[in-house]
Amino acid sequence: MLSSEEWGIVALSLKVGGVAVLATLPIAFALAWLLARKRFPGRMLLDGLVHLPLVVPPVVTGWLLLVAFGPFGPVGRWLESWFGVSLMFRWTGAALAAAIMALPLMVRAMRLSIEAIDRRLEGAARTLGASAWHSFWTISLPLALPGVLAALVLGFARSIGEFGATITFVSNIPGETRTLPLAIYSALQVPGGEAMVTRLALLSVALSLAALVASEWLVRRGHRGQDRHVL
Amino acid sequence: MSFDIDVERRLGDRSIGVRFTAGAGLTALFGPSGAGKTSILNMVAGLLKPDRGHIRIGDRTLFGDGIDLPPEARRIGYVFQDGRLFPHRRVRANLLYGHHLADPADRWMALDEAVDFLGIGHLLDRWPHGLSGGEAQRVAIGRALLRAPQCLLMDEPLSSLDAARREDIMTVIERIRDTLKLPILYVSHDRAEVDRLATQLIALDG
Repeated sequence: MLSSEEWGIVALSLKVGGVAVLATLPIAFALAWLLARKRFPGRMLLDGLVHLPLVVPPVVTGWLLLVAFGPFGPVGRWLESWFGVSLMFRWTGAALAAAIMALPLMVRAMRLSIEAIDRRLEGAARTLGASAWHSFWTISLPLALPGVLAALVLGFARSIGEFGATITFVSNIPGETRTLPLAIYSALQVPGGEAMVTRLALLSVALSLAALVASEWLVRRGHRGQDRHVL
Repeated sequence: MSFDIDVERRLGDRSIGVRFTAGAGLTALFGPSGAGKTSILNMVAGLLKPDRGHIRIGDRTLFGDGIDLPPEARRIGYVFQDGRLFPHRRVRANLLYGHHLADPADRWMALDEAVDFLGIGHLLDRWPHGLSGGEAQRVAIGRALLRAPQCLLMDEPLSSLDAARREDIMTVIERIRDTLKLPILYVSHDRAEVDRLATQLIALDG
């Protein structure tokens, strides 16, 4: 049904999306917690920065990444000299672009869920002998779990759909940065590529749907007896 | 075991303060809504920091003289007005939450004893959202008792219950006072309730 080239594209997309979302998750959770719970100077600015990729044209995000992570960019030069690592034209760069684009969605989903936690439950846990950390791990985090799962799904779906920032930042290299959307775009440029476009497009839809169904199942399994939904 | 409490705290444009000593039995803080009764319990529990004063229970200073113990170190069982059970844990796990965190040497009640004492054996595998108000309040009391407390704080534990359930829970509270001999600091605005339960009455004005 799928050629080995197409399987390769799917595998690469899953790798890029998976790494992007898993690596972003702790950062996104920390940001969501900060924005939901803490009052500090610059909070509005941080909120704006987190949401920027949602409103800025993706090509601009890609260009900013190029400037920052290029061989002469401030971050790129540092990564190169300290770790000998470059993200340019690599799948890791595609994962970074996907992560930046997914970040606002992930932060939003988790922030809503954190804001919905009854903070008095954390107080109750403290009076029962829980330290602030223990209360976080046993009360706050489990209660925020639907939001975390929603963030994983939305972030993953956004990541495997990422196009503009990726192609600008890491180009369109077969086997390295050519994820599903880039492959679809490339196939569209080639005469006679319609069959491949159809297959890859259907595959995109199937992947997104599977992610949604899987997360709904996870949430229901985790909270049997309670009425909860991801979206 | 005695309470020696003298606290003051500004909340917005008003000041909440109380000063009393109380011995064993049930000490009722009685006053109209808005007198800051819950805030006083929260200060004793460590959930709200007094601006000044001291909180001593028995020979332990919980607050004052440069001491400010975090809530988890105060060994106080707190029964909230609304139960405040953890919605993502079954009744058994709610009951054992504080029990597992308590120093084994401090524990004075086992799960089975608490379950028998409160008659909640049939609820252990239920989720909190499926409990009636009276059942939830029993579980909340059990959770506080199993935390190995040296005293109990109760914030209008009867206010969300109908008459029959109130009678039930009042009997439970009397048994905690008389059988378990646990000192209780009890907040209420209901005169009849306080007259029946209180060993000592502290009146607060609004």
